[in-house]
Amino acid sequence: MTAELFVQYLFAGITYGSIYAIVAIGFNIIYNTTGIINFAQGEFVMLGGMIAISLLPLLPLPLAIGVAVAVTMLIGALMEMIFIRWLKNPSVLRMIIITIGISILTREAAIHIWGENIRALPYFVGNEISTISILGARISPQVLWVVGVCGVMVVFLHLFFQATSVGREMRACAANRMAAILCGINPRNMVTLSFVLSAGMGALAGCVMSPITYSQYDMGTGLAIKGFTVAILGGLGNSGGAVAAGLLLGAIEAFSVSVVPLAFKDAISIAILLLILFVRPHGIFGSAEAARLKTF
Amino acid sequence: MALLEIENLHRRFGGLHAVNNVCFSVQTGQIKAVIGPNGAGKTTLFNLVAGALAPSSGIVRFQGQEIQGKRPCYIAASGLARTYQNIKMFAGMTALENVMVGCHLQGQSGFLSSMLHAPWTWDEERRIRKKSMELLELLEIAEYAQTEATSLAFGQQRAVELARALAMQPALLLLDEPAAGLNIYETAEVARLISKIRAMGITVLLVEHDMSLVMDISDEIVVLCFGEKIAEDVPQAIQQNPDVIRIYLGE
Repeated sequence: MTAELFVQYLFAGITYGSIYAIVAIGFNIIYNTTGIINFAQGEFVMLGGMIAISLLPLLPLPLAIGVAVAVTMLIGALMEMIFIRWLKNPSVLRMIIITIGISILTREAAIHIWGENIRALPYFVGNEISTISILGARISPQVLWVVGVCGVMVVFLHLFFQATSVGREMRACAANRMAAILCGINPRNMVTLSFVLSAGMGALAGCVMSPITYSQYDMGTGLAIKGFTVAILGGLGNSGGAVAAGLLLGAIEAFSVSVVPLAFKDAISIAILLLILFVRPHGIFGSAEAARLKTF
Repeated sequence: MALLEIENLHRRFGGLHAVNNVCFSVQTGQIKAVIGPNGAGKTTLFNLVAGALAPSSGIVRFQGQEIQGKRPCYIAASGLARTYQNIKMFAGMTALENVMVGCHLQGQSGFLSSMLHAPWTWDEERRIRKKSMELLELLEIAEYAQTEATSLAFGQQRAVELARALAMQPALLLLDEPAAGLNIYETAEVARLISKIRAMGITVLLVEHDMSLVMDISDEIVVLCFGEKIAEDVPQAIQQNPDVIRIYLGE
């Protein structure tokens, strides 16, 4: 493999990897506050992209993205309030099945609204054929947008959880629900916030990736599986692990293209998911003990 | 008007009357203790006041408002802080962060401004950090501010928990066996801290087994036995009370 090709694959890996990481972090945020896996996570990404595309004829691109993210956050809040909030002592299994139902519902709604067509947002800078040369490899500027926006999101999220009152309340609620209630925190509001937060992150990722990967009503399922693989790989609930695992999975997929046919790309990530679930269900980065501790 | 008024409070568990027609009130500025043998209903009483359990009948009035049956997080937010017998720390957070969580009720920043890190959230963050640090100093554990709370010694965790409760600026502090599991020196420390808390103008209602602690610091004592109140008086009178002596020492 030439150095140029290596860099080319590496960038492809980082691009997809950072999207997987964002989806995985979305899983983690909701897992930490509720203990459930929200299988509608991929649908947030789809909604973000699709809504932005629909708004594009009416609004300039940055505004369309902003509104799309806000609308998806609202949808996330509504999902939680309608389907989860009012349940009294729901079992984890029941909530997970509810999220699977929500994901099917969202997908069906999307096919009625947008049809089966594949759509895309325009490139933020330049077009399909404009490239930047980095170490001999030709990289689309959109790749830098994806990586940059995902990176900024991770940093903001980290600061949010470490250094703001609301973020600390969410951590407190994840660490010890009982003690959080004693401090006057309403855990149900924190659960709603966690849905809003992961919806917003997913939607923004869905917008920046749309020019490269395109948007379609059923893109959520595939992303949810990849994101879930990454979340498990990095240790469920551990967002630092999710970033590392996301980049790892992205790189593995990208480099696998040089060894096996492209069609096996998805098979590889599912094989990794199965392997991890069999061998190290607590993830490759954490210990079984650390896996019980929830850190954002 | 009393800060906390408990009127004819009753809680049944099946055929067991865990709290049976209990009435008493806590005046502002007091340290009041609830004592009684095991199974007397002390913890149930606390659970009823703090909202962890709903009463079968009766009224709990806090600052003139009826609070019985309300959700615990609302009762806590209205200025009634509680600590548990088993310490409940936020794992994975430092002592300082634990206290800072308690300060959240004074926070004004909303979700969006926090997410976008608006400048006024930084000011608030600094203010909360400073205030939490002061509370840790007040409870004499400032040196452990950056230590993970769950790795501290039991007595120090107790102090962190007290600081966290104080951070909520409560009008009334419910302490559920604050000396449970502490050695004699730590118990003396806790007694000193509770007096310090009262000096801040915070009213304290506590359940405790350690008689020397109760007799030392309380202004008034309520004695429960099998769910019923059998005495309510100042410590000296309680020590002389024949009914109390009988339930503690037997006939």
